[in-house]
Amino acid sequence: MTRKNSITQARTHVTRNEDLIFERSSPGKSGVDLPALDVPAADPKEWLGEEFYREDVDGFPEVSETEVIRHFTRLSTWNYGIDTGLYPLGSCTMKYNPRINEVVARLDGLATDHPYAPESLVQGCLRVLAETARCLKEITGMDAISLQPAAGAQGELTGLLLIRACLDDRDRRRKYILIPDSAHGTNPASVTMAGYEVRNLKSNAQGCVDLVELDHAMTEDVAGLMLTNPNTLGIFETQIREICEIVHAKGGLVYMDGANMNALVGVARPGEFGVDVMHLNLHKTFSTPHGGGGPGSGPVAVKQLLEPYLPTPMVEESPEGAYRLNYDRPKSIGRVRAFCGNFGMAVRALAYILAYGPEGLRQATEDAVLNANYIIHQLQDAYELPYQAPIMHEGVFSDRKQAARGVRTGDIAKRLIDYGFHPYTTAFPLIVPGAMMIEPTESAGRAEMDAFIDAMRAIAVEVEEEPDLVRKAPHTTRVTRLDEATAARKPILCWKPSGEAAEGKAKS
Amino acid sequence: MRYLPNSASDRERMLETIGRKSVAGLFEQIPEVLRLNGRLNLPGPLSEPEILQFFRDAAAESSRDYVSLLGAGAYSHYRPVTIDMLLSRGEFFTAYTPYQAEIAQGTLQAMFEFQTLMAELTGMEVANSSLYDGSTATNEAALMAMRLTRRERVVLARTLHPEYREVVRTYGHNLQTEIVEAPYETSGQIDLAELERLLDEKTAAVVVQSPNFFGVLEKIPAIAELVHRSGALLIVAVTEPLSLGLVKPPSEADIVAGEAQSFGIPVAFGGPYAGFLATREKFVRQMPGRLVGQAADTEGRRGFVLTLVTREQYIRREKATSNICTSQSLCALAATIYLCLLGKHGLRALAEQNLSKARYAAEKIGAVAGASIPFAAPHFNEFVAKSPGDAEELLAALREQKIIGGLNLERFYPELENHLLICVTEMASKEALDRMAEVYGTQAAGMQTRPARKGAPAAVASRD
Repeated sequence: MTRKNSITQARTHVTRNEDLIFERSSPGKSGVDLPALDVPAADPKEWLGEEFYREDVDGFPEVSETEVIRHFTRLSTWNYGIDTGLYPLGSCTMKYNPRINEVVARLDGLATDHPYAPESLVQGCLRVLAETARCLKEITGMDAISLQPAAGAQGELTGLLLIRACLDDRDRRRKYILIPDSAHGTNPASVTMAGYEVRNLKSNAQGCVDLVELDHAMTEDVAGLMLTNPNTLGIFETQIREICEIVHAKGGLVYMDGANMNALVGVARPGEFGVDVMHLNLHKTFSTPHGGGGPGSGPVAVKQLLEPYLPTPMVEESPEGAYRLNYDRPKSIGRVRAFCGNFGMAVRALAYILAYGPEGLRQATEDAVLNANYIIHQLQDAYELPYQAPIMHEGVFSDRKQAARGVRTGDIAKRLIDYGFHPYTTAFPLIVPGAMMIEPTESAGRAEMDAFIDAMRAIAVEVEEEPDLVRKAPHTTRVTRLDEATAARKPILCWKPSGEAAEGKAKS
Repeated sequence: MRYLPNSASDRERMLETIGRKSVAGLFEQIPEVLRLNGRLNLPGPLSEPEILQFFRDAAAESSRDYVSLLGAGAYSHYRPVTIDMLLSRGEFFTAYTPYQAEIAQGTLQAMFEFQTLMAELTGMEVANSSLYDGSTATNEAALMAMRLTRRERVVLARTLHPEYREVVRTYGHNLQTEIVEAPYETSGQIDLAELERLLDEKTAAVVVQSPNFFGVLEKIPAIAELVHRSGALLIVAVTEPLSLGLVKPPSEADIVAGEAQSFGIPVAFGGPYAGFLATREKFVRQMPGRLVGQAADTEGRRGFVLTLVTREQYIRREKATSNICTSQSLCALAATIYLCLLGKHGLRALAEQNLSKARYAAEKIGAVAGASIPFAAPHFNEFVAKSPGDAEELLAALREQKIIGGLNLERFYPELENHLLICVTEMASKEALDRMAEVYGTQAAGMQTRPARKGAPAAVASRD
């Protein structure tokens, strides 16, 4: 090997510059070999006829298994996951996703049973659903639960439909739902889909529901209140019982958004607060993976008065210990999703609960709250904390100090990427100008949090000394900031053989 | 506890740093009456082998040793091992929604590929990056059509999946949507004459499924013409998208919505799956769910971002196109990997195998005296069979042969007594299908010595 290395300037390897799978395609390849057909081959053209027969599936790739593995493995390396490091995304509860959950959810039987198989042959699946339901009722202190809603927002809508069905049974139609101005965006959107109108409730100086304001707003045409507790500032609504009493006194019902349940498991139960209905996010509190944006699962738990309205079917246990699905529920709001909901998520959530047990779940909650307080405490002098009330599992800073130097929450978030962290949640809740919402969860270790705190403090210094460095971040990623405005103005939503996507490739 | 990274001494030092004496102090903001006294009544803690045993026990009480001929919106197909190997990469499955595009290009590019595949497959111009499942995607399509037409009436084919129809009704109930159902004719297809009568100037959309709930292919061009003449939009729901490997795409539709479970996503007792929604470019701003678009970075390099976000709830709140936040990204990723593996030729070859197997089974049953295949229109991998005798008895006899023989349609269509919906995918062997046919033959032989069940209809298919 005497030949001199002729590469003087290294070119970026495909691992950093992988094409679209369509651009890797070449004719005649496939990533699967099918077993030989053991029945006579039907002639599709003859059977389907000219009317239905499709000549060709244009645009589908032709690649080998090896290329598929390389392609998606390379893509994966451009992602940041909980496994990569601290993921302090406020309100999203990015906790560790245990591997055993993935294994048990893929067991033959649980992963293969059909929702229409005879009940006698799917007792295992039904038992998992029943046991998950029992555990979640115990954790929330509610009386009944449906695991059908596919995600938090669908849980919200389901809860509102339950309220509506109950109130319509009771008296004249009510028109409004009250929502604090600190609420998640899904809350008002769900209200609209339930056929109600939103009335916003201004928070008080402590960031909580203002009882005088609520008393004023809670009129006879208001169906109820939707609130998150702890709220999106991470503050517990200490007057939750009084809040519920005000709503109930005027014939309304209270919906609790359980997005922040990670602050309460094993410590306090919403069933004791006076709320009538709530949802849980199994993909937040109960460790089912976020998967890059789903699947989620949003079970809805209710007090007895709303039980008759829950979606069909419900899992029931007979005195002999056999499980069945009950479809005969005359007062039910109906179905919100086909089949029995995201069953695979129930399997994972149950595995999580079993792993911790009651004491462990409480320990996890304590760690989540301690971690949040640890971080918030040490960043107070660098960033402005607009609400001083004690916080639980998350805290929210404002970028006011940094904004004076022309650096906003989104810029600081991008700079965190250069330090190796996933950003916090930016610009939410809306009641905090330039919000920086931090939720470490119980999965953050002390050493990693110390590094995060150092990074945040270092960025605060950079904002003073070299604001442009922060404004143009990130500097270390595969792509720099992307032009979202142009992307939205002239949307390119799929690849075309000779389209603009292909032109983009030439530039890369 | 094995998942928690902080030790007791870590906690001590942290408390010291923040100037607190105990963790309990951090919870003092919760009024004492609301705090939980004592511990939750829950099982556990369990070690990893104990958890494994718990779920193995549950998995043992399953139908895993049976050959399943159930479809009806959840299809059993072989899943190449590559899918789970790739899905199990923590960078994919432990990531959040890709709001921070610079460190989420993996998810974003894969979703862009999913959108491209689904648009190609359905014959539409654009597709979103997934919705909860087929039923909610179909419902979102109906809501989208109502926004686009500013009309409030929806016609659902009675051959649309019964549970999909239920979901549309649940959502429509409080929005004062008028929902009517269009009957089917003897071919098993939607009754075009009845459909024409049901259309009026208030109708926002017609929803038909193809292959429909009976497995039968619908005449989309003819339906589209009728629907468009009344100014309504045509929504085609697809529960078995593998059919599109061989069947003409519903290009005449305005929205194609459906279920991608067939593409590498386990049946898993009904979920999680991945809904999809595809449409024409001109309707994109009324489309619900996340959309990934191509963008350029400051150096001109190609990248991908979530786009047209002003449709979404976190920007638009009560004026959003939908309340949807979470999609089904990981399931959509499974579908993307699956379709890339199959590719252009694998998809066709697999669809051909499904068709061949279903044809074989249908012919076998059709040859049994007293059994019949009532709907004559072409099907893909699902079809309806009328049993020689009582359907429940037949299903029980099949179960003795370790076969789940299909869905008794009487459950959803009272007029279809003794009619079974049978799905035959590449997973059913010839040997199992022959065994199935033998059980039909045995029942038929027994029928000759026994009177027919009281009230059994003579007609092969009833009209609504």
